[in-house]
This record gives sequence, C-alpha cells and structure tokens, in this order.
Amino acid sequence: MEGRGASRILSLRVPARADQLRRVREEVRAAVDGCGCSAQAAGDIVLAVDEACQNIIRHAYGDACEGSIAIEIERVGDELVFSLVDSAPPLDPRSVKPRDLDDLRPGGLGTHLIRTVMDETDFARHPSGAGNLLRMVKRIT
Amino acid sequence: MQHSLTEKGGDLVVSLQGDVDLDSSPAVRELLLRCVGRGATVFVDLSNVSYIDSSGVASFVEAFQIARRNGTAFALVSVSPAARRVLELARLDKVFTIHESLPGGSDDGA
Repeated sequence: MEGRGASRILSLRVPARADQLRRVREEVRAAVDGCGCSAQAAGDIVLAVDEACQNIIRHAYGDACEGSIAIEIERVGDELVFSLVDSAPPLDPRSVKPRDLDDLRPGGLGTHLIRTVMDETDFARHPSGAGNLLRMVKRIT
Repeated sequence: MQHSLTEKGGDLVVSLQGDVDLDSSPAVRELLLRCVGRGATVFVDLSNVSYIDSSGVASFVEAFQIARRNGTAFALVSVSPAARRVLELARLDKVFTIHESLPGGSDDGA
C-alpha cells in the first residue's frame, strides 16, 4: 500500500523466535535513523516494535513457534506506519490490552509500552484471512 | 548480554551488560531470584545496559517483590539512559529504589 506519497523504508521477515529480536531491533533502528526523528523517539520506536514482536511470539504463536513475522515500515508524510503480520491463529483484539500499572506484577507491560510510544495502534485480522495484523503509527514531527 | 556477580560487605552486586531482551531475560530472572533468595541486599548495576525490554523489567519487578516480602533491600544502581527511559515509560522509575552509584561511593539515593 504505497499510496499518498508513501515510501517503504523496511520490509523484513524473520522467524518468530526470541533470538531474532536483536536483528529486528538493528534493522528497525537503521530504517528509522534516517527519518529525522530524535534519538529518544528512535529508541522508543525500536522498543515498541520489539514488544510487538514479543507479543506475537509469546501470545499469538505461543510455544509452537514455527511461524514468522513480516515487518514493514512506510513513511507517509510525517508519519511512520508499521505493519506486523503473523500467520498465527486469530487473536481476539480485545484480549490485547494494557494492564493497570497500579497492579504491580511481573509481565503485561509490553502492550502498555507499545501504546505509550505509538500514536495509533490497531489489531485486526489480516485482510487475507490468514493471521493477525498489527498496525501502528508514529508521528515524527 | 553478559553479567557478573560480586559480593561487597555481605551485599550482592549484579552487573548487567548489553541487551536484556526476551532472549536473555530468563537468565537474568534466574540470577536475580537466586540472589534475593539468599536474603542479602541486592544491587543491580545497569550502567552498561544498552537495551532493556518489558521482560527484563519484569524480572526486576519479580525480584523486588520477593525482596520486599522477605524484608530485604533490592535496588537499581547507575541506571543507563536507555534503561531509565524504559523504566519511565513503564512508570516504574518511582517504584524501584534507584541509586546513582554503588554504596560506599557517592551514593545519593536519587
């Protein structure tokens, strides 16, 4: 979907495994570094994408991690649009919500971090009918 | 990610280096739980942590809670800018005890 003057700055597919996350972070960092966002914003974006991949690995695929994650980043004007697609069983978007931070316990922070960093976050079934689509938007100016 | 464990006057100092992520945080969690299980004061030096995610932060939360239940101290020390940013985003920077440097140095308890 390269409309509205969109330019794709990253297209990456990785196995849905924890040992692939360093590569994801490096590729995302390299892609957003050239977009003029601050160092802090770039770091926040890398964190959010990493957390989103973790959610896919841990919750969408679960322990049977045979699948992959497709990551695309497009620049559309002053927005970076992130699309993460998996081929896992359907995930109820209502189940993907940040926890109450006053409830101090390990885990459950990832979705809070994603929603704090990104300006928009939408979970949906992939239009093809197979897998889940996470779309995130970060405004960079 | 690399780590080291040193003993200082009966306290335990865990120094973490590199990226604490989903791949490495299970080892960090195991180490921290082992340390707080010894009943000593535990300091976690984050000066050389270049990246940390929610799974790494969760291991701190778990160790902190166990230490609190046991009546022992658990503190983060020399938190790197990258780690501090994630603690702030998680709104945990006011929950953990954070020292600017290790006790015995110019510890100001900030």
